[in-house]
Amino acid sequence: MRSSFISLQSEFYKSRKTLAFWAAIILPILICGLIAFGFYSNSDKLLKLNYPGLALWGNYSGATLNVMGMLILPFYVMFMAFSVNNIEHKNDTWKTLFAQPLNKFSIYTAKYLYAVLLLLICLFLFAFLTITFGYLLQILVPKFTFNDYNPILLLTKFYSKLFLASLGILSVQFVFSLIWSDFLKPMGIGFVGIIAGIITANVGWKYAFLIPYSDPTLALRVTRVKGAKLEDFPVFTQEIWVSLAFALAMFIIGYFILAKRNIK
Amino acid sequence: MSNFAIETVGLTYNFGNQTVVKDLCLQVPKGSIYGFLGPNGAGKTTTIKILLNLLQSPADRVFIFGKEINNNRIASLKRMGSLVEQPAIYAHLTGKENLVNRCILLGIKKSKCAEMLSLVGLTDAANKKAGKYSLGMKQRLGIALALISDPELLLLDEPTNGLDPNGIIEIRNLMIDLTTKHGKTILVSSHLLAEIERTASHVGIINKGELLFQGTISELHDLSKPSVKIETNNQEKTMTVLTNAGIDILQSDAQTISVVFKTKEEMGSMNALLVQNGISVFSIGKERKDLENLFLDITSKN
Repeated sequence: MRSSFISLQSEFYKSRKTLAFWAAIILPILICGLIAFGFYSNSDKLLKLNYPGLALWGNYSGATLNVMGMLILPFYVMFMAFSVNNIEHKNDTWKTLFAQPLNKFSIYTAKYLYAVLLLLICLFLFAFLTITFGYLLQILVPKFTFNDYNPILLLTKFYSKLFLASLGILSVQFVFSLIWSDFLKPMGIGFVGIIAGIITANVGWKYAFLIPYSDPTLALRVTRVKGAKLEDFPVFTQEIWVSLAFALAMFIIGYFILAKRNIK
Repeated sequence: MSNFAIETVGLTYNFGNQTVVKDLCLQVPKGSIYGFLGPNGAGKTTTIKILLNLLQSPADRVFIFGKEINNNRIASLKRMGSLVEQPAIYAHLTGKENLVNRCILLGIKKSKCAEMLSLVGLTDAANKKAGKYSLGMKQRLGIALALISDPELLLLDEPTNGLDPNGIIEIRNLMIDLTTKHGKTILVSSHLLAEIERTASHVGIINKGELLFQGTISELHDLSKPSVKIETNNQEKTMTVLTNAGIDILQSDAQTISVVFKTKEEMGSMNALLVQNGISVFSIGKERKDLENLFLDITSKN
């Protein structure tokens, strides 16, 4: 337990100057900021459409969610999983890491947990900034109807779903990056996976949910049951379970790969 | 309680079909500087990796301070510091940050970093990115990383690689200091005997995975028996005369002949014998094979 914690601390320490870490913070600021700016500068046109509160929030947060969920998030996850492991491959530091008096499982868990935490930070910031910038727009343009609806529950559920649905990709890519030290193999496979995921999800293939790469896209599709509130959609749908199952399986496989690996 | 810091018992290790380490019986006494010698590719680094449990050894073959390594991995690693091949350093962090990171992992006070930096002479470069360090500076940082936990046993794989003569002398003195004043044990590998000769108290010579010699430096010296080297105007006749006189010829080349040295008096009579037989002797002298040649001899045998 203690060695997991200190390994995690060390992961933060050594990657705080890397792109993977900063991307988790810059990406949400950049995307949410751009969309908020777009809404601000187009406020005249938007006001003419006379959206009620819920529709305005939907329009506004949907802009972020769609770009994110479909493309940027899977690519970020891929890059991050690569980067967390590459820091050791590149510097040839696996051998020093495993020559420390620390439990191998703790070192591995800390690495995996660190990747999950980065994803969590990134998505939390997306949700937080979407809401904050929404209310900020309301202050700047008082005629907006952002005040008419409270999006916190809705967005929290959406982003939680997105987080859980991304764990599958994260774990698969994590293991690929663990096995291969080069950039092209995990990225190439991930790229093909993501394209395949988007296609199978969009053509509505019956078993698309079984591919972890389509899960984020699928997770964002919410059908509103008649008469129910929009926020009432279930979080744990089948694609979420698939994603979690992949995460668990890959986490265990990854450990055995690392434990059995001889550091040459 | 075992008197060896490191002991391996009939250790064999294969990479696939290739045997890299064969029936190795290392015995590194506590408090010694053990020079682990061998040409490139002899199995030195592989052995060091086995000693660090980076490569899985078979059960009951490797003992660190008398404890079997596979069952006592963490306890054994706690007592060891290591530098394997090129130092493994995070290039995007500064020298100091590399040390701080190690402090986090080992639960050591961060104040220890400054002490280590000054010990290896990197105080001025502490805040420079380690990726921009020269090879020698990286090596020093690697040594600092190995020393930071104040381990009882140090495994240094070619630590003077890439260092300038000054740096080599500093490392040499540091090693002697660590063993004499602080009672540490050091296993240091090298492919240069001359380098080890000045510091090591014990030597192990490995080639093609087999340990060819193990013992103290003076035992190694004893192996090289002195010889008499003779240069004359008639090589063939000299050989015949000497053989007829019952003297064993060790080796001969185009110009010289070497025979076993016994006493100075015998050398004199050998000279007289040759002159009496009408051979003009250009030179005759006692020669001790230096360790470098001895090393080559030992490693070329298998």
